Amino acid sequence: MSAVTEADPALETIRDAIRAAVTDRRALRLVGGATKDFYGETPQGEPLDLRALRGIVSYEPTELVIQVRGGTPLAEVHEALAAHAQMLAFEPPAFGEAATIGGVVAAGLSGPRRASAGAVRDFVLGATILDAQGRVLRFGGQVMKNVAGYDVSRLLCGSLGILGPIVDVSLKVLPRPMREASVRLPLDASRAIGTMNRWCAEPLPISATRWHDGQAWVRFSGAAPAVEAALARFAREHGAVRIDDDEAAHRWRALREHEDAFFAGDQPLWRLSLPSTAPWLELPGRVLVEWAGAQRWLRGDADAARIRAECERVGGTATLFRGGDRSAGVFHPLPEANRRVHRALKHAFDPSGVFNRGRMYPDL
Amino acid sequence: MNDVLPQPSPVGAQSRHADPFAAPDAARRRTVIERLAAILPAHCLLYRTEDTRPYECDGLSAYRQLPLAVALPESEDQVRALLQVCHALDVPVVPRGAGTSLSGGSMPHAAGVVLSMAKFNRILSIDPVARVARVQPGVRNLAISEAAATHRLYYAPDPSSQIACSIGGNVAENSGGVHCLKYGLTVHNVLRVRGFTSEGEPIEFGSEALDTAGLDLLALAIGSEGMLAVVTEVTVKLVPTPQLARVLMASFDDVVTAGDAVAAIIAAGIIPAGLEMMDRKATIAVEQFVGAGYDLEASAILLAESDGTPEEVADEIERMEQVLRAAGATAIRVSGSEAERLLFWSGRKNAFPAAGRLSPDYYCMDGTIPRRMIGRMLEAISGMEDRYALRCINVFHAGDGNLHPLILFDANDADQWQRAERFGAEILELCVELGGTVTGEHGVGIEKIESMCAQFTPEELETFFAVKRAFDPAGILNPGKAIPTLARCAEYGRMHVRGGRLPFPDLPRF
Repeated sequence: MSAVTEADPALETIRDAIRAAVTDRRALRLVGGATKDFYGETPQGEPLDLRALRGIVSYEPTELVIQVRGGTPLAEVHEALAAHAQMLAFEPPAFGEAATIGGVVAAGLSGPRRASAGAVRDFVLGATILDAQGRVLRFGGQVMKNVAGYDVSRLLCGSLGILGPIVDVSLKVLPRPMREASVRLPLDASRAIGTMNRWCAEPLPISATRWHDGQAWVRFSGAAPAVEAALARFAREHGAVRIDDDEAAHRWRALREHEDAFFAGDQPLWRLSLPSTAPWLELPGRVLVEWAGAQRWLRGDADAARIRAECERVGGTATLFRGGDRSAGVFHPLPEANRRVHRALKHAFDPSGVFNRGRMYPDL
Repeated sequence: MNDVLPQPSPVGAQSRHADPFAAPDAARRRTVIERLAAILPAHCLLYRTEDTRPYECDGLSAYRQLPLAVALPESEDQVRALLQVCHALDVPVVPRGAGTSLSGGSMPHAAGVVLSMAKFNRILSIDPVARVARVQPGVRNLAISEAAATHRLYYAPDPSSQIACSIGGNVAENSGGVHCLKYGLTVHNVLRVRGFTSEGEPIEFGSEALDTAGLDLLALAIGSEGMLAVVTEVTVKLVPTPQLARVLMASFDDVVTAGDAVAAIIAAGIIPAGLEMMDRKATIAVEQFVGAGYDLEASAILLAESDGTPEEVADEIERMEQVLRAAGATAIRVSGSEAERLLFWSGRKNAFPAAGRLSPDYYCMDGTIPRRMIGRMLEAISGMEDRYALRCINVFHAGDGNLHPLILFDANDADQWQRAERFGAEILELCVELGGTVTGEHGVGIEKIESMCAQFTPEELETFFAVKRAFDPAGILNPGKAIPTLARCAEYGRMHVRGGRLPFPDLPRF
């Protein structure tokens, strides 16, 4: 049951570094593969390399759970799961070869499959962290049905390291779909949002959608008869054309990793998180829509305050995902009550402000 | 650093109200009631014993305590005002939904107010295109699906108490249900929770967008057992109602074989909509109750449900049948109609009332273990039956390892209840030892608070208290529940010791 013993030398080194930093009041920058340095507020502090904490602790395919140390490369996790025809259902972007599973969980970013299968935090079953005193704390466990105590392991998901380093994480895994097939079809902007949402209200095995500039891609995943029926129906009703399987895999991967042409260039990239049926926003720039409207990427030079105001107006938020002027703030400002809770939680886990100081908000 | 951070005091908020049975004196009682009467209409405030008696316990009736008062607010303004009064007077507040908790989560505090959200029972809006419903916390779980049915949508988490339990309660417990294997828990199906802090300040977690800025406070709030905020509104996800569902019933002559069959289904890449197991004692009990034609010779019965389009279901049922035969099923039946499907399920769904026919009382346990440990667990329970001289029948959410042993006893015999409690505690500790948890879905409440000492180290418990303080520095929301104080663990005599070192060796133990 114990993933990390007290006598683990890699862990001891890291604990010593943390304790020293706390004593000297030095900020530490938690480093995995450094593939998401572009994301969030500018990293600050002395690097603390966590990659020595690596390895798959246990993997039980028939229990649908894998426990992995945080510094393990994501590629290694994918390989281990693929050998048993299983996968991380939230399809995380790596943004680089060196991505670690700890970074994936800390960044909390999910890929094209998110809207249908769930986000990274939906698959976190448990996690072990080191707190600012260098103590090993374990939350959650190995099982999905677990409501003992507050859900701290899910809280760590997307925490950007500000609560402490993820020593290991237990993730629920799922079988790879029996079949996958993708299509493309013309879909006018005026009908795009409504149409994609209506598809989701039907028993269609849709695992991903992408809309840009009058064209939609749809990926079907599931049992063979369900996928076949969906392909036939979309061909008939929408004039959808099948995308070759290899081409499709390449395109969805490019979308996930932001290698898709839409993401090229230096223009600021905003991530708009909106209710899926939110109308088009009056904002200059180019838009690419995922998750049936719930995630919209915006390339443009519009004013940050205007983008945020427009998103709030429809019940959403905006993140300056990549590029642009970070000094105006990366993440959407928090309501006051939430901000106070954030300050108190940060103080609870990291009273000296050692871990990834300022990475999420300047005062956390 | 401009905020005034909460100043945690070790002998402060977490200990002041730690004893839910410590009654206030008459003067204090009068003060609190007068202040509440000033902000609530008369019909929204109960304080005479004959009026508060119905609220003295929830579904775990062995634990009872009359509250100082019961408030049944009708509006957010009243909730806010009540919290402001209670915060100012340092009065504990125990939120209550339908009172179906099986862990004593809404057992009253002697010096506190039960905050019943029963009047918050409206479905505020259903958006079939966005597939969300905005509801008040007192709305029954099943009522949401009933209202969404006209759009061929439903709310997926289906705890067995769903005809009665409230969505607010589901949020408090992160409830699951038979279909959570495929459709997830409450945390996977709720987008947003709105409520008030213990100071009476409005706060929201999550949003109708899939992501919100900052830390995932929604994930913390769900399963927080009424201790972090009072919920006044919940936005849930609705999913398309499956066109068809069929259930397959398989008999096994050995529980370990049945457990292995479950593993084989998962290994084949199949995630059924539901996957349940009953042991022979449970099957005999339920057959007497529902007469569904269960195989009474089988050591274990598996129920595996497939849902989806007719093609998907046909494909999946065929694959499951193949896997189960290869895994040693001695008999397999597949439901041929909706009526038959419901009949196959009727026994499993009525396991608890069936237990009630066998015995004057039963104690329903809830723990989770890795699935492959089911054989070991059932064997150990058999041994405990002998040692505690009590019978135990078992039903099991085989798909996710969540176990519900039902310990049969007679509450009129105080010794039997004590043995039942110890039997239960031993099962839970074995759950932890086998790599699981002391509560899969019913929550910790008051019932399992001591078992938490076995599952978590003092540092981890301290972290939980720090999380609590971040939301409720005054410590008035449902105090004395779920997270044990270190002093309590020391008294209980069970501490989770890691590496052979007893933590806090100088903590007094009485």
